[in-house]
Amino acid sequence: MELLLARIFDGLSNGSTYAMIALALVLIFKATTLINFAQGEFAMFGGFIVLVLTFEQGIPMWISVVLAMFLTAVAAAGIERTLIRPFDPSDHLPLVIITLGLFLLVNAIAGIIWRFDPRAFPELFPSGNVFTIGNATLRWYTVFTVITLLVTVALLTLLLNKTKVGLAFRAVSSNLESSQLVGIRVGPTLQFGWAIAAAVGTLGCAVFVADPFRQIQPNVMLTVLIYASAAAALGGLDSLGGAIVGGISIGMVQSVVVPYSPIPNELALAAAVIVLMVVLLFKPSGLFGTAAVERV
Amino acid sequence: MSEPLLSVSNLEGGYGQIQVLRGFDFEVAEGEIVVILGANGAGKTTTLRAISGMIERSGSVKLNGEELITTRPADIVHKGVAHVPQGRGTLPELSVEDNLRVGAYIRKDNEVDSDMEQWFEVYPVLRERRNQRAGSLSGGEQQMLAVSRALMSRPKLLLLDEPSLGLAPLIVQDLFARFAQINKETGTTMLVVEQNAQLALGIADRGYVLESGDISFDGQADDLMSDDKIRKAYLGV
Repeated sequence: MELLLARIFDGLSNGSTYAMIALALVLIFKATTLINFAQGEFAMFGGFIVLVLTFEQGIPMWISVVLAMFLTAVAAAGIERTLIRPFDPSDHLPLVIITLGLFLLVNAIAGIIWRFDPRAFPELFPSGNVFTIGNATLRWYTVFTVITLLVTVALLTLLLNKTKVGLAFRAVSSNLESSQLVGIRVGPTLQFGWAIAAAVGTLGCAVFVADPFRQIQPNVMLTVLIYASAAAALGGLDSLGGAIVGGISIGMVQSVVVPYSPIPNELALAAAVIVLMVVLLFKPSGLFGTAAVERV
Repeated sequence: MSEPLLSVSNLEGGYGQIQVLRGFDFEVAEGEIVVILGANGAGKTTTLRAISGMIERSGSVKLNGEELITTRPADIVHKGVAHVPQGRGTLPELSVEDNLRVGAYIRKDNEVDSDMEQWFEVYPVLRERRNQRAGSLSGGEQQMLAVSRALMSRPKLLLLDEPSLGLAPLIVQDLFARFAQINKETGTTMLVVEQNAQLALGIADRGYVLESGDISFDGQADDLMSDDKIRKAYLGV
């Protein structure tokens, strides 16, 4: 029982990170139906910026996080303008290859600047435990990770539903041509999506490596990206709420289901992908995705 | 006569290598309803898409004397042209209310809510379904929404592409009666592309006939209605 509880807490904190990166993936997918494979690396780079600002520049850590979110958002907007927008948005293969290229490039640049040795990251959340029952410990870290996730989703929902740029973003996501016909400039609107996604990703990485049991290094987001992709697809790829449910579910599969099953731990990643495959076989639009069906 | 609201000359355009519009001229005066008739594939939709900048085009498209031939689609909307595309082009995942709000995207005044109320008066069913997804509306309701959304931008010129397509005859009649009423009450100029010549000419001031990407015939709506050739070809009599 205590072990189960401990594993659920683990699943919750891991799942929250997957959900954050899944949110970033969903933001770009909604508008472009493109998976940005470099999303995890953008996030990792943002994480290193937090590290540099906090430890080398002496800026308070939460201000560093906000600054890093802003900087990665600006960088992502620049990347969208120079490397994504010039290409035909309906032809996915070149764009997928560009995001894969960005993945390798960002990873390599981070490796050159910061080397591949793991480094300690600022502890963003209070250390210590909320309570302990035998072996099961609920850490403040876990609680604040979940809170950060929920606050992020709440703010994103407000941004998308209550602001003019949010309305434009949802319009472009729904119908590109009609959006142009009401006077929305599509390019800058998609750019806004890239920027917001990068900021959310940076926050996700910062929260992930803020765990005192983890450190940051350039490959830190590799498996996270795979879990997050599975989470996003599970949630339906175009739903913010779906990204959360997907993220937590994948976290639970990894931390709760796999340890109780005969599946070796090394195959936890594969197990997540199998869950995804089964869901998509029976429900291709994911748990909360918009099915491509409408009346005319 | 003063300068027309829309003045098109030597308009050419198409898709990739395929040229559809073969250089023709026409105009629409302020306050008019003008209809473009033509068979399938004559270039009616392409003409509207060329005006709103959705395709490669050349020649001249002037709105109030201002050249728009190199202007991008979103900027053309800002100049006062609203386009209801074929197949209505509503935003299916967005609510009815958000569809109307997005129609007013280019506006910066604070009368958006009162305009929305106005269209809810015209089409009460939209008010009933204001929080429903636009994709869940029937075809007729979607067309009402598409027209209301276009008018939310308070356009000088409204482009309507086959508004009758796929709708029941009674709904179509009601829709066209509304167009005439809106035109009379708000003075919105309309350029309508339509296969249902009878109905379209019924509310139009003037008409053009498009054949294979060129204008073959034009005149007052009444004259077109009584012309033998037009009656045979487009009115099915």
